[in-house]
Amino acid sequence: MSTAAAETLPLVDRTITEVGELLRRREVSSRELTEACLARIRRDGERLNTFLAVGEKRALQAADAVDARLAAGEGANEPLLGIPYALKDIFVTRALDDDGQPNGGLPTTAGSRVLEGYRSPYPSSAEEQLAAAGAVLLGKTNCDEFAMGSSNENSAYGPVRNPWDESTVPGGSSGGSSAGVAGGQAYFALGTDTGGSIRQPASLAGVVGMKPTYGRVSRYGMIAFASSLDQCGPFARSVRDVAHVLGALAGHDPRDSTSVEVPVPDYAATLTGEVRGMRLGVPREYFVAGMEPGVESAVRAAFGVLEGLGAEIVEVSLPSTDAGLATYYIIAPAEASANLARYDGVKYGLSAGEDDLLENYLRTRGAGFGAEVKRRIMLGTYALSAGYYDAYYVKAQQVRTLIKAEFDQVLTDVDALLAPTSPSVAFKIGAKTDDPLLMYLNDACTLPVNIAGLPGISVPCGLSDGLPVGLQVIGKAFDEATILRVADAYERAAGFASLRPPTAHD
Amino acid sequence: MISRADVEHVAALARLGLTDDEIDRMQGQLNRILEAIGQLQSVDTSAVGPTAQVIALENVMREDDSRAPMARDAALANAPLREGDHLRVPVVLEEGR
Repeated sequence: MSTAAAETLPLVDRTITEVGELLRRREVSSRELTEACLARIRRDGERLNTFLAVGEKRALQAADAVDARLAAGEGANEPLLGIPYALKDIFVTRALDDDGQPNGGLPTTAGSRVLEGYRSPYPSSAEEQLAAAGAVLLGKTNCDEFAMGSSNENSAYGPVRNPWDESTVPGGSSGGSSAGVAGGQAYFALGTDTGGSIRQPASLAGVVGMKPTYGRVSRYGMIAFASSLDQCGPFARSVRDVAHVLGALAGHDPRDSTSVEVPVPDYAATLTGEVRGMRLGVPREYFVAGMEPGVESAVRAAFGVLEGLGAEIVEVSLPSTDAGLATYYIIAPAEASANLARYDGVKYGLSAGEDDLLENYLRTRGAGFGAEVKRRIMLGTYALSAGYYDAYYVKAQQVRTLIKAEFDQVLTDVDALLAPTSPSVAFKIGAKTDDPLLMYLNDACTLPVNIAGLPGISVPCGLSDGLPVGLQVIGKAFDEATILRVADAYERAAGFASLRPPTAHD
Repeated sequence: MISRADVEHVAALARLGLTDDEIDRMQGQLNRILEAIGQLQSVDTSAVGPTAQVIALENVMREDDSRAPMARDAALANAPLREGDHLRVPVVLEEGR
């Protein structure tokens, strides 16, 4: 563990805010930052299995183009200009030109065999938005297959290792993004969060991770898992860095009809460090059975830090929290079973090459999907099938109404909610793979937030048994500014912002 | 409890080819998961409507204007089987055989 002051950290382990200053003062170039990340990827990437594709040549070309702009005196107000980053391999990246020939772009797999070798003919909005912001795409990060998992052990391309302890998982499903950002392989990364897949891996890898409000950010080109729950968001090494990335992503996109036209504030400008007079609610139901004592004590200590800053901490109740897990494991698989019907061996992706269409479906999907994806397709198909639709799917949608109403009610009385992000620190690879239900419990504190569509952020709040713990801040719909402000104020006061894993050295 | 035949029926609905071992394992795991999910039946929802999505959006319209489609060769480049400008699909109507 390294607790050294930020300025003594290697360049690749610092924050966007720090290296952005150096870039604009021309003390470092985007090429140097990019080469430093690529060197760290070469050193650790294969061992940690963080990346599924790296685009070295294109990244260096993009960095050189930025350096030319900086040399011309441009870019003073572009916080992501020249900053190397990674995309979870759930986002399509354009890899074909109009003639259908490879254009040098990165392939997209969603962590699945069924998309092995897939080259997207179009870019995701995220890829376009971040290119427009001048960020430098390094590569695509490993993830659980179709974002289904909490440990990154469901990737068809092998598990990711956590740089804090390489025998443990980095969380999931965005585990390559969390481990990569923690390990100095990228200054930020995007993940996707359907039930906690940004916040939980951020917690387990000791970085900041945010799921914006449902509708806040475009999902165009983000491979669908559960369409009423999915959202994309950033991982970075500080709350301010996350605010900068959110600023580049937020807003309405005509290509995503579920993105909403709500004004986007200047998120970085809202980080005043001031929380005096704010009312922060602690839902008592979030201290679930089986929560590790070290996690609970670190999170409760964080409440004390915010209280010391002048916030009022009040206990609140969200009585339907306990039903969240069951609600989620009906709605998410039901939507997944419909979304994954598109992998049919006809239009793109793996095909078994059978002469009979039905046989081709069965063999393609049987060979292309891994165990967890099959389990969720089965669960979802069952919940939607004749005779069970009302008992499972409609029932879950009704409980969803209750869960959302409770959040809405409580959030009229408090400015934001505080909770643990995950009930445990990083666990050993293989420890929970035999028991799907045990694995699902990892998301007990995060998935209610998706059910209600609210924004949530995880910020490091110390260590337990030498491994990172995350504090979760949950906000009102479209009020990312408040949870960023709370998380930033906490981060400044708590002194954990410069915690880095043992890999943080050159 | 769901039976082995139920598992086979659902797999057929999902167009998912499972091996005998997978069917056995799936039966046990689905039963345990469904038992846990069964907890929902104890929640009183008699006066509650369903929520399909959480934002107050209804049908979203755009202008009915024309725009350039994706280039045909790019759209077809990932097809497992292609014939000219078409996707090639196994015959589905008996008369065609």
